[in-house]
Amino acid sequence: MIATLHGADLFALFVHFLLLSLLAVGGAITTAPDMHRYLVADQHWLTNAQFTGSIALAQAAPGPNVLFVAVLGYNVAGLPGAMATMAGIMLPSTTLALWAARWGRSRKETRGVRAFTSGMAPLTFGLLLSTGWVLAVPSRDSAGGMLLVGLSTVVVARSQCSPIWLVALGAIVGAAGYA
Amino acid sequence: MVSAPDEDEPLREPRSCGHLFIVFTRLALQGFGGVLPVAQHELVERERWLTRDEFLEMLSVGQVLPGPNVVNLSLMVGDRYFGVRGAAFALAGMLVVPLIVMLGLAVLYGRFADNPTIAGALRGMGAVSAGLVLATAWKLASSLRKNPLGVPLSLGFGTATVVLVAGLRWPLAGVIAVLGPLAIALAWSRLRR
Repeated sequence: MIATLHGADLFALFVHFLLLSLLAVGGAITTAPDMHRYLVADQHWLTNAQFTGSIALAQAAPGPNVLFVAVLGYNVAGLPGAMATMAGIMLPSTTLALWAARWGRSRKETRGVRAFTSGMAPLTFGLLLSTGWVLAVPSRDSAGGMLLVGLSTVVVARSQCSPIWLVALGAIVGAAGYA
Repeated sequence: MVSAPDEDEPLREPRSCGHLFIVFTRLALQGFGGVLPVAQHELVERERWLTRDEFLEMLSVGQVLPGPNVVNLSLMVGDRYFGVRGAAFALAGMLVVPLIVMLGLAVLYGRFADNPTIAGALRGMGAVSAGLVLATAWKLASSLRKNPLGVPLSLGFGTATVVLVAGLRWPLAGVIAVLGPLAIALAWSRLRR
């Protein structure tokens, strides 16, 4: 069931995601609570189940997680909806990222930029560990799941094995009911 | 087959904007539950466009900017070789084909969401994606040895980040606002020499 939105509603959808884009430090997923407020509570364009299902699907499918924004848009208003939400969430942040990267690169060897990148590196490292930790939460009650977490950590860290093989292994083990 | 690719071989470069598009499409389509581990594998180990240090550096910058960090990373890599055109092709590679796949799956999802085999497969893939992110952290840890902050301080800031984000569930913006300026100021003072 996909509603048809009129031009004005579609434009409002675009503008809302345009505004969220610049708040999405740490990824678009950090603004999901606000998307929920707007799409489900205020506008009634999506149900709770549609909203949660859209995010779960995007986590499981290949590609950057930000694509959940396109699924939300699609479930609101079909393809035009997906285009409106994706264009909105991408335009401001990509423009800013490109500009900031150039600014930083032309001053790469200055003390300020070096202090910034080397000061932030340990935080980035900590954020990666935290992300791994949070993603492992659903597997914590399952021996097979924890074995998969450990095995994929060691194999990928200690060899140049492509991650896709371990994802395939995880899918098979999980489908057989052991994860 | 354990090797440190940073040291022994010279870096390569993308041949054209089309090449950028293909490499980023390939890495995005392998990224189940997150593209970051695949990006590290493809850009550092397979294509050898970046060293581990450069990867960590670009990721750190991408992290503090709004927008998905891997998407910001693709923009920076593309822009480095072919300017705005390169950034556009790398970004398109990251998004166009995965978006088509995703919308196809969105149509199918309603029908198969309750199937226990599918649900199990998704759980297994989720467990592996956790391991892949941890492995990426493990690989990038060696870059911290060259950090001007020194190993003890680097590990201290890394641990503090984990405690605040994973343990106390602080919002990311808060963690960066508290720890970021402190780490940058310390790095600044140590770079004086």
